[in-house]
Amino acid sequence: MSTQPNMTIERSSVELNKEDFVSDQMVKWCPGCGAHAILSSVANVFPKLGYRKENIMMVSGIGCSSRFPYYVNTYGIHGIHGRAAAISSGVKIANPHLSVWMATGDGDSMAIGGNHFIHIIRRNIDINILLFNNQIYGLTKGQYSPTTPMGSVTKTSPQGTIEHPFNPGELVLGAQGTFFARVVDTNPRLMTEVMFEAAKHDGTSIIEILQNCVIFADKTHDAVTNKEVRDDRQIVLRNGHPMVFGKNRDKGIRLKGTRLEVVTIGENGITEDDLLVHDVYQQDPGIHLMLAKMAYPHFPIALGVIRSANYPTYDDLVEEQISYAKENGKIKNVDDLLNSGETWEIK
Amino acid sequence: MQLTGTLFSDTAALAGLDLATFPDYPAEIRAPHNTVAGVSGFQVHVGAKKIETTGDQCDVLVAMNPASLKANLKWASPGATIIVDMDAFEEIAIKKAGYSVNPLEDGSLANYNLVKAPITTLTRASLKPLGLDAKSVDKSKNMFALGIMYHLFSWNFDATYAFFDKKFKSKPQVIQANKIVLEAGYSFADTVEALQSVYQVSKAAIKPGRYRNITGNVATAWGFLAAAERSGRPLFLGSYPITPATEILIELAKHKSLGAKVFQAEDEIAGICSAIGASYTGSLALTTTSGPGLSLKSEAIGLAVMTELPLVIVNVQRGGPSTGLPTKTEQSDLYQALFGRNGECPAVVIAASSSANCFYYAYMASKIAMEHMTPVILLTDGYLGNGSQLFQIPKVAELPDIKPPIAEPNDPDYKPYKRNPETLARKWALPGTEGLRHRIGGLEKEDVYGNVSTDPINHQKMTELRNEKVMRIANYIPDQEVIGDKEGDLLVVSWGGTLGAVQEAVEEVQKEGKKVSFAHFNYIMPLPKNTSDVLKGFKKILVCELNSGQFVNYLKMTQYGHVYRQYNKVQGLPFTVSELTGAINKTLEEK
Repeated sequence: MSTQPNMTIERSSVELNKEDFVSDQMVKWCPGCGAHAILSSVANVFPKLGYRKENIMMVSGIGCSSRFPYYVNTYGIHGIHGRAAAISSGVKIANPHLSVWMATGDGDSMAIGGNHFIHIIRRNIDINILLFNNQIYGLTKGQYSPTTPMGSVTKTSPQGTIEHPFNPGELVLGAQGTFFARVVDTNPRLMTEVMFEAAKHDGTSIIEILQNCVIFADKTHDAVTNKEVRDDRQIVLRNGHPMVFGKNRDKGIRLKGTRLEVVTIGENGITEDDLLVHDVYQQDPGIHLMLAKMAYPHFPIALGVIRSANYPTYDDLVEEQISYAKENGKIKNVDDLLNSGETWEIK
Repeated sequence: MQLTGTLFSDTAALAGLDLATFPDYPAEIRAPHNTVAGVSGFQVHVGAKKIETTGDQCDVLVAMNPASLKANLKWASPGATIIVDMDAFEEIAIKKAGYSVNPLEDGSLANYNLVKAPITTLTRASLKPLGLDAKSVDKSKNMFALGIMYHLFSWNFDATYAFFDKKFKSKPQVIQANKIVLEAGYSFADTVEALQSVYQVSKAAIKPGRYRNITGNVATAWGFLAAAERSGRPLFLGSYPITPATEILIELAKHKSLGAKVFQAEDEIAGICSAIGASYTGSLALTTTSGPGLSLKSEAIGLAVMTELPLVIVNVQRGGPSTGLPTKTEQSDLYQALFGRNGECPAVVIAASSSANCFYYAYMASKIAMEHMTPVILLTDGYLGNGSQLFQIPKVAELPDIKPPIAEPNDPDYKPYKRNPETLARKWALPGTEGLRHRIGGLEKEDVYGNVSTDPINHQKMTELRNEKVMRIANYIPDQEVIGDKEGDLLVVSWGGTLGAVQEAVEEVQKEGKKVSFAHFNYIMPLPKNTSDVLKGFKKILVCELNSGQFVNYLKMTQYGHVYRQYNKVQGLPFTVSELTGAINKTLEEK
């Protein structure tokens, strides 16, 4: 694991700062929307990557989240609903020397774009995906989404939803994801840290951002993000560290049989040594999946980088095949091709 | 059967003949054996004159079982030689094909030169010494029929042997078996009296030059590779397999040594969207599909229109609507290509008209897309795509220039939607270039600056600009040609894949001294500038197309003041020359 972002992307000869990435467009998200904090974290992390600013590209689909490219001064495409992953794939395959970032939401990527979402992950194309999960359709004004908790009353579920929601982490790991992280919009420091880790990862990186929609799903994540209770209901995972959490740092996660369990340090003879130690690089996704699935009230929700496994990327393999073919192929130009095989002269 | 047809036509080409082929096969990979619907056919037209079509009626019909006889007898000309595998005419197979009695024995084929060859028996007997399994032996039956054909046309085995040696390199026994059976078929024909009238086809009068045989789908793929090389833009194809367009995807996937990047997407939408992403980064971006796939791509074509990015969308048309007739040909997606999108959404529409000129029109579609910063829909069809034709090999350096309007680094005047005053094309600013960072997307754009805009006056202006940009392409395409006099009693009009049949029909009636001329359209949107001038020289206009009248209605919308008549066929099959001459003569007689 390198400590540097992707070395095939050209580096900036001058030091950049946040202002280099501020666009001249007015930011039109509602006051108090969690997206503002995400934008600020992105503007903080881009200069730290060290890339030339011209080599960063943002792609999005449709929804509140997807206005993102207009607000960051990079190259960018605001695409169509659900298709950001497909557009990003084309961008990265065509030009692997770009650092590609995708802004999307729970409607854009879990519903209409679900197909592209699982396939970009399966292919492991080197793209950083910011998945804004506010558990609601905001831009169309308050219909339930594939991540809305079951039973929620929304404009299209006046008696409560009767659908089982997706847990994005489960979907990512089910699609053979190599990188999955989760953050909350109220913790910009962790957000910036995780975004940097995502950039360093070669392959598709998904960052699920638990985001608050002040208008249509206010406090939807409150049970785990509220200041009063969050320390007891969140665990920030750090590679190589035992899984400790709680206001008094006295709780932990251990493996009992084939399942995870919350324990209290000091009770029943339990010490830190009994706790699971987080291994983000573990190839086997078994523990990562259990961590991604942890939910209130039985468990704290897992934040930070949950999985960062090393697998070849699609974009690297494309380049390898092309350079092999160029070196070994007999057909060097289109004239060679036109004259290959059976041809004959007519006089 | 498809392989046998290909071997026959390649050998014909080597004998110096012009040719056109048309494989006609069922949608199923293993279609029910011995049924009429499951018949796999391959039609070849060879000749000493220029071949425009695969022919209406055949002089030789090979039927390997009762079902294929039943399905194809209607194409045999009176007195044609019909070669059948008599071993396959067993009671069950005869019934399954829908015959009540054996057609070989009831006298119904009395007007043909019927050759009853015991193909199965003789194939098995000739291969007995090799000790192959029964399945492998029966697979070689088609080669027996091919051997009979080679005798009929007095051709040698050289090309076919070379093919066997290459194709089955690692299976010497298969090579040996195929050669033995081919020769057995030839010897059989040599000995039976029924085949004494050998067809002698002399060499065709073809323009001198270097030639090859090519299918429309391969020609399309190669046209794109040539355009990528000439423009210096890397090729990117995002595509999802669909009949009958898949061969373009397969062909381009072979050419990584030319730098072609081919992405087999998870669906049609991802195919076009990945191409749009690649286009933004500066690739010659392509997506290939057939009718239903084009429907799925509609929204994304709108994105390419709004973002004014170059993109070529190939639609190898098939019978529709819905899944329709996947392996049959039709021209019924013209409306979809012209109008099938939300909003006012103009895109260029071009149609190839022969298997060989798919190369040229794929090249021109790429040139127009990149130089005018617009999506281009290239229409071919199953008949052109699967069919093959002699192709005079061009030199890439002699093809027209392609000069995409790429923005220079730090261009102080660069604005995302600032246009070239002549073409109205905006500049192509590629990620990675210093000083050109910009964002584009599907929301309406502010004129010049490209920022998101909901201003009413701006929206109307941009709508008009997008349309005008496409219409001005008429200044960069050739004038519409007319074959025959510029004035007369009747102008026959057609477009796309029907060129060969319509041209042959017109030439036939012209020979009879009738004042009939012919205009075949390749550039559909925009139409050539002189279209109205061409149409006004004639008393009557007859528009022939393989749909219910889509091009004629488009002409009525755009070229008014003319009286149009139409001749239409929607059967999943190409036109025959005789039905067209019938329609032309009928139109001439009408008041």
